[in-house]
Amino acid sequence: MGFALLAIGLGIASPVQAGDVPLPNPAKAFKGEQCLEPTDVMRRNHMEFLKHQRDETLREGIRGQKYSLNSCIDCHAVKSPDVAGGKVRTLKPFCAECHSYAAVSIDCFSCHTGAAVPGIGQQSALPVDHDLKASIAALENHLGKGADQ
Amino acid sequence: MTDTSMKTVDNTRRNLLKGGAAAAAVVTLAPGITLHTAQAAVTGPASSDKRWGMLIDANAPEGVWDIAVDACKAEQGWGKTENENPATDPQWIRKVSLKDPKTGAKASLPVMCQHCSKPPCVDVCPTGASMKRADGIVLVDKHICIGCRYCMMACPYGCRSFVHEPVHGQRPHMPRGKGTVEACTMCVHRVDKGQQPACAEALNKAGSNAIIFGDLNDPNSEIARAVAKHVTQRIRADLGVEPGIHYRGI
Repeated sequence: MGFALLAIGLGIASPVQAGDVPLPNPAKAFKGEQCLEPTDVMRRNHMEFLKHQRDETLREGIRGQKYSLNSCIDCHAVKSPDVAGGKVRTLKPFCAECHSYAAVSIDCFSCHTGAAVPGIGQQSALPVDHDLKASIAALENHLGKGADQ
Repeated sequence: MTDTSMKTVDNTRRNLLKGGAAAAAVVTLAPGITLHTAQAAVTGPASSDKRWGMLIDANAPEGVWDIAVDACKAEQGWGKTENENPATDPQWIRKVSLKDPKTGAKASLPVMCQHCSKPPCVDVCPTGASMKRADGIVLVDKHICIGCRYCMMACPYGCRSFVHEPVHGQRPHMPRGKGTVEACTMCVHRVDKGQQPACAEALNKAGSNAIIFGDLNDPNSEIARAVAKHVTQRIRADLGVEPGIHYRGI
């Protein structure tokens, strides 16, 4: 009886019944503790971030902005036995985890490589003087914050 | 509480102003700030102040063009298909040999997307995928390309290719996929970073000046000075599409 009640309780708490498709369980990021936005924002809006920015990048040449598929790959690509025998980190299994559950058919990876290569986080075409500019911007940002307070 | 935070901020500012080394330390120490560094290095938007172009010297020794073609393949990840079919395999850049039947004079030159000012491929595209950037680089937006190949019919230079076979192992900066049209991008991902296209850079490294890349709008650039000094031609100039690729010696 106790077991039966427990089973019913679980069934109400979660929409998933025994034997249904399991809830997606995307792998933890390969590196980093904090994504660019809080997890719930990323889950709901990542497609908007990527789509908006892909048009700006391709059509206007605006590169190195906050979001990019290569940034996703940098942190979230995982090794999976389904891809290249588990030898390289790829993003596809991470995306597919939820996309297959939600029957999302978009597949970036029929054209984009999902494979992580060294320095892919920098692949969003950061200019040569990136480090210098970044230091200056960080300094300005910091001083600007101080002035506000 | 407010006073304490004021003090903290002021101290940090003092440290920052003391010297560059301190500033660099703050950058690496604070995770919030490193996030902003990524935003700081934004390039673009592309501007019509620039007009990217190339000057190709058809009198250069014939062997140099293989260097250019190989560099393009390596940079952009094309050139290998499962069922090799020379008639339909993508060619972003190709070596063309000319011979004057009367004099017997021969020339060899690379032909790729000519990055026209008035590109016919853009005119005919039904979805807007075929497009010209403000700085004159003509591209295919593969996100919305439906693979109809009107642009391939419209291009007077036959410079666009259709991808017939599945593609694997794409380069991170150059997505490619079956069912879309593609062509030379003038290495837009490198140009935006302030670098040269792969073909021009490979020739430079090999000690050849056969391809000069630069901004045709900047009178002080090497290409603008060369175009002003030498008589150059553009292929099928009679069409009035105003290509950005200039040739010498044809």
